[in-house]
Amino acid sequence: MKLQFKKGSAKSAVVAFLAVIFGLLAGALLIAVTGSDPFTGYAYLFKGGLMSTERIGDTLATSTPLILSGLSVAFAFKTGLFNIGASGQMLMGGFCATAVGLTLPLPFIILLPLEILAAIMGGAIWAVVPGFMKARFNVHEVVSTIMMNWISYWIIYYAVPAYFKGQFLETESRAIPDAASMKVNWLTHLFDGSFVNLGLFLAIAAVMIIAFILNRTVMGYELKAVGYNRFAAEYAGINVNRNIVLSMMIAGALAGLGGATMYIGNASNIQIGILPSQGFDGIAVALLGANSPLGSMFAALFFGLLYSGKGFMNAMIQIPPEIADTIIATIIYFAATSVLIERLVNMLRFRKRGQ
Amino acid sequence: MWTILVQIFPYAIAFTIPLLITALGGLFSERSGVVNIGLEGLMVVGSFGGALAIAKLQPVFPNGAVWIGIVVAMLTGIVFSLLHAFASINLNANQVISGTAINMLAGALTVFLARNITGSGNIRIGSGLPRIDIPILSSIPIVGKLFFTQTYASTWLVLVILAISWYVLYKTAFGLRLRACGEHPHAADSAGVNVFWVRYIAVMLSGAFAGLGGVVILITYSGEFTGSVSGLGFLALAALIFGQWKPLGILGATFFFGFASTIANVSQVMPALASIPSVILKVFPYVVTLIALIVFSKSSQAPRAAGEPFEHGKR
Repeated sequence: MKLQFKKGSAKSAVVAFLAVIFGLLAGALLIAVTGSDPFTGYAYLFKGGLMSTERIGDTLATSTPLILSGLSVAFAFKTGLFNIGASGQMLMGGFCATAVGLTLPLPFIILLPLEILAAIMGGAIWAVVPGFMKARFNVHEVVSTIMMNWISYWIIYYAVPAYFKGQFLETESRAIPDAASMKVNWLTHLFDGSFVNLGLFLAIAAVMIIAFILNRTVMGYELKAVGYNRFAAEYAGINVNRNIVLSMMIAGALAGLGGATMYIGNASNIQIGILPSQGFDGIAVALLGANSPLGSMFAALFFGLLYSGKGFMNAMIQIPPEIADTIIATIIYFAATSVLIERLVNMLRFRKRGQ
Repeated sequence: MWTILVQIFPYAIAFTIPLLITALGGLFSERSGVVNIGLEGLMVVGSFGGALAIAKLQPVFPNGAVWIGIVVAMLTGIVFSLLHAFASINLNANQVISGTAINMLAGALTVFLARNITGSGNIRIGSGLPRIDIPILSSIPIVGKLFFTQTYASTWLVLVILAISWYVLYKTAFGLRLRACGEHPHAADSAGVNVFWVRYIAVMLSGAFAGLGGVVILITYSGEFTGSVSGLGFLALAALIFGQWKPLGILGATFFFGFASTIANVSQVMPALASIPSVILKVFPYVVTLIALIVFSKSSQAPRAAGEPFEHGKR
């Protein structure tokens, strides 16, 4: 059993690796077609994300919300649920954290846990609704989470200007005080002034906790059992509906936490009229990471690197920054069509054996 | 009240039409058994293809450019939908994930190309379709004022497509086969229907219609390609379920969305509605959809085999 699992994860690692290679090749092709040199382009892309301590810090910070949103999507996937609403949950979580940070004049050591709690609650509540609808009424979670995305979008669109209006702009909240931010001096100094913050450690802790829950607890076993075959799970005496709601709740909590790392970590205020694209990228992260917590973390770091380096590449040789998003989307397409890659691998293997 | 209704009706219809045609595309795809969550992305590529064609052709071809743009948009949608068809029909990929990839790819790739072509990520077109009054019909009392004045030609095109679609789905052999593929592909297969081919056509139709939806937004009320259709594709997907996978159902559902959104947009200038907080009007369509999903959940008419890959040997 254990051996089989190892074999499976090695296979998904190979598929993920090949999907990345194909994605980068497609990106190179696009760069070449539009008249630039792909090698220089990629050199700048990776330099932009890695060439100094500060930039490495920025890359880590850019990856942080992606780790959490990817973890959120991956966790729901394990129970057979497709959480396409991570964006709305992030927005809601981030908003709750910002609201706490702007209203309670408390010292950092008390305020931060409260903010994190608020973010987790906000995200969890936003995901419990679709979870409950799925469990009780069998409403497909893809549509209900998308509806929840737009509901959160509009609530924040009106709530921010009404209660937390910024000093200069109508479209963003006031900046949170230093005591409410996840940025801490020692970390900023360590990375030469980068915006990397405590969110990174929260994300890593979340990865470890989720990996533990999934692999070492009864709860994780039940959640996965429902994902593999909900009827078999039910027959075995597992309360399927409870697990569906629970899975969505935890997924939402993770996304909410991701929202906090964005709005009170990387940024220091919340903007209206934007559904964070990091939520949708979470789908890509989870897929490339083969729905495993650790895999999602590496996938998020890689995507974070692409996002973090694209600005520098654009500044140096005028390749539009959207190339990063295009590469990620292509990787996802190849990961989704992994059958194709598997066939290719099998074909090569057979050919080798033939010789 | 009457004057207000007459004033907002054209806007409500303008907003309904792209949703309607996109949801109709989704209907073909899902009734054939392929879930198409990539409608949003297909709308974006349609809008891109149309905008590019119109912007390039308008200087030489001021009158016909818009109509050529419509054709180009539909073709772009078809080509892009082939990615989804290939993944979900040939490779048995997870259709929701493939659709998500389509959405991400569409947004990124089109803006990437637009930046290379125009410098900015946007493409602005010179002029869209004019609003026209239908002669004779527009002078009918009440109905004429609401439905036949200030209309776009594209609106009539979409309604004609809707009528044809209804006929094809329910009155032709092809429509029966298509629906059979979505309910029980193996039964259809043993009756001699080529499931792969039918599903390919259905997905391509969804690409063409979503592309049309995208370009209709462009030539009626937006006038500019921006790399996004702000969630309308997902809304169309919701309308498809709200309308219970039936052409007339989605007509009702999309009109509801169009009307509700228009009311939310103009509430500030309407004394009757100004007292209601805007946020309630804005979230109203989404909340109603959630409630409708619950209400319909008992008697859901979802195609049985939607989302399931078809494999010959599997029974």
